[in-house]
Amino acid sequence: MADIIDIISSFAIPAFIFVVLVYGLLNGVNVYDSFVEGAKEGFVTAVKVLPYMVAMFVAISIFRASGAMDILVSLMSPVTEFLGVPAQILPLVIMRPMSGIASTGILAELFKVYGPDSFIGRVASTVMGSTETIFYTLSIYFGAVGIKRIRYTLWAALLGDMVGLIASVVVCSIVFGR
Amino acid sequence: MCSIVESNIICIKKKVAEKVRPMVNIVWILLILIGLVVAAFNGKIEAVTQAALDNAKYAVELCFGLIGIYALWLGLMRVAEEAGLVKRVSRKMQGVMRFLFADIPARHHAIGAITMNIIANMLGLGNAATPLGIKAMKELQELNPHKDRATDAMCMFLVINTSSVQLIPATVVALRSTAGSSNPTEIIGTAFIATVCSTAAGIIAAKILQRYY
Repeated sequence: MADIIDIISSFAIPAFIFVVLVYGLLNGVNVYDSFVEGAKEGFVTAVKVLPYMVAMFVAISIFRASGAMDILVSLMSPVTEFLGVPAQILPLVIMRPMSGIASTGILAELFKVYGPDSFIGRVASTVMGSTETIFYTLSIYFGAVGIKRIRYTLWAALLGDMVGLIASVVVCSIVFGR
Repeated sequence: MCSIVESNIICIKKKVAEKVRPMVNIVWILLILIGLVVAAFNGKIEAVTQAALDNAKYAVELCFGLIGIYALWLGLMRVAEEAGLVKRVSRKMQGVMRFLFADIPARHHAIGAITMNIIANMLGLGNAATPLGIKAMKELQELNPHKDRATDAMCMFLVINTSSVQLIPATVVALRSTAGSSNPTEIIGTAFIATVCSTAAGIIAAKILQRYY
């Protein structure tokens, strides 16, 4: 199991690059030009993210430096220990369904404090990579066609998120060890 | 509000942002205010000032560190888009989709739009995904007898969409790499497994709940 996951991890990006380029060539795309055209947006995107990143970084670092984070972690520890989830990733779990960009800031702060290769860093990466901004997505799509009664959609989506969170912890424990 | 010049999708996105922002606002302001009050009690006011200043600076450095990987990824995405990768993969996936969306008539356009949106999400083509998703919702709305109430197919579509199986979480990999990870891509496999679990749970929950709501 762990071996297969390892192979997926190391081959995903090279395989993706290969498939995209070959497929582009076969379909007569001017691959180099269109790559450069897309790459131009890299700078713009990074600059667009910047103010959100500063806002979130400052907020969470104040929360941490004051000692409030320690209080939150110990308050929530009965729940998080029951679920087996590291309490330190709670702010990420709370922010994730609301805003992609704000949760990216929280993730980056976790990397800075604990390191991306720590257990917390790996679980946080996995959670971030396996969930979506539920509230935002639901409002966009239902809003676009004027649906008011969304029935069970939010509950099913949140349940999926919870399962994804627990699965992240379990899979990371198996693959990386705690 | 929205001007006439802006396209529909940008307009919808703006309206939604106005609704979602209050939630982020509350969390953000709570983090700072609670932090400041706790710091005053703990005698950590100076540490807090230092942390705020240092981290504002670090956040900027981090964003600049991301430019290269963003450029690489967005370049690839552009090639994928221009080559029509989404369309081709979608054609192969439609069988699976028919099983999940049994109540949509077999040759209806909705299936195509749904599949293309999900595939675009899987590939991480966010820009391409949103218009396809809105198109899918509009097609589904045509089949809807009660225009303000979501159909089973709509609920299923959005549950899958929000628990999206993303093949390569590019932003996370980029962040890990800029943060000095010795193996930034090692979480692709674990995220993939976790996302399969969450999507499966979402689908099962939707299938069960649709009987009672």
